[in-house]
Amino acid sequence: MEIRRIKAAEIRETVKRLFMDCNYYIGGDIMSALKNAEKNEESPVGKSVLAQIIENDEIAANERIPLCQDTGMAVLFVEYGDKVTVEDGSFNEAVEDGVRAAYDEGYLRKSVVSDPVFDRINTKDNTPAIIHTKIVPGDRIRITAGGKGFGSENMSAIKMLTPSYGVEGVKRFVLDTVFAAGPNPCPPIVVGVGIGGTFERAAQLAKLATFRPIDTENADPRYSALERELLCEINKMGFGPAGLGGSNTALGVNIETSPTHIAGMPVAVNICCHAARHKSAEI
Amino acid sequence: MKRISLPLTDETIQALKAGDSVLLSGEMITGRDAAHKRLFELCEKGEPLPVDIAGETIYYVGPAPAKPGYAVGPAGPTSSYRMDKYAPTLLKLGLKGMIGKGARSPEVVDAIVQNGAVYFAAIGGAAALIAKSIKKTEPVCYEDLGTESVRRYYVEDFPCVVVIDSKGNNIYETEPEKYRKL
Repeated sequence: MEIRRIKAAEIRETVKRLFMDCNYYIGGDIMSALKNAEKNEESPVGKSVLAQIIENDEIAANERIPLCQDTGMAVLFVEYGDKVTVEDGSFNEAVEDGVRAAYDEGYLRKSVVSDPVFDRINTKDNTPAIIHTKIVPGDRIRITAGGKGFGSENMSAIKMLTPSYGVEGVKRFVLDTVFAAGPNPCPPIVVGVGIGGTFERAAQLAKLATFRPIDTENADPRYSALERELLCEINKMGFGPAGLGGSNTALGVNIETSPTHIAGMPVAVNICCHAARHKSAEI
Repeated sequence: MKRISLPLTDETIQALKAGDSVLLSGEMITGRDAAHKRLFELCEKGEPLPVDIAGETIYYVGPAPAKPGYAVGPAGPTSSYRMDKYAPTLLKLGLKGMIGKGARSPEVVDAIVQNGAVYFAAIGGAAALIAKSIKKTEPVCYEDLGTESVRRYYVEDFPCVVVIDSKGNNIYETEPEKYRKL
């Protein structure tokens, strides 16, 4: 395969479009799940909350304005073909430029501070982005981008479980994390679970899981059964839409896994609000 | 659905019950993490605040930028518990209403009861819809904080729910239990 040249400007424009679109247009999977939840919600207040969320998401799409004011920290999963070279710039700079342009021109909120502990000064352009890059065979670049709000991010957790905990231990940790979050992460939520790998891989997989459409399931039937079971258990918690009580606390549970060490079974739970925003593109 | 005027009076607050869906009209101020920290630090030093808190309702919000032609950008509530460290101090100064989303600490619930205040929740993530009820905004203080600055919002029929009333009743505690099947 020959080396393919991609202009930095094309990457920049693609990233800009992805971040603007994901903040204006909720995914079809989430909208279907919200409409389904509105139909089956047991609480009258919960039904009304869901109707307002649906109306909100329709207003955002029609007017091309962000559906939530927390337009998030910019997170990208990139599959970068090993036969690609970037012209007129570097890949990471092109991505950061795209984020800058989206948040500036798209009327998105700039929510990033430069230093986490001491300065906490807003960088005013929502950079830097969190870029997860995986080199893959081929001459294409595939990007999945999402704005991650922190109301739900703050409710996430990771635990280094060990093998003897088994599947019961995984379930307990996921359910305990969601229960502790209660009304805070803007339910109905999407729950991303990463199991295996190392400490940081589990967390990364959990984020990746929140970026997978909720109308898909894990290819391994044991994990897809676990996704369904956890969703069912979470919806028995009663927090409901906006935490005001009801039968729809989560819209979906996605699990991603990785091989791990003989001594370990890390589990990360990344919680995402109902504004589960992500879009993908291939260059 | 009850229509409520801002600023809140003590009579209005006493009549509000946890679980009431309300539409607020009138004036409120905004403030979130960074503004709370500054106000709290001034209180600790015994210095005057740049805004008179007494009788106010504060909305925990950091809006997105307004598109041309809009009074405000999308402006939904942020998580309230991050303000829990500071809220009792502001309630002692006469803050009457707080609007946010999510649970509050036992200390905040006590301070709500002691000071005759009320906590409302707006729907998290309904920012585009909520912004329709915000008709005008103007700066109050801390403009350097950008989206976190304190502004005055003039609202009409701003939708929210009384979550913790002045008696300390809290529907985040009571309502989910009705639907819990564990």
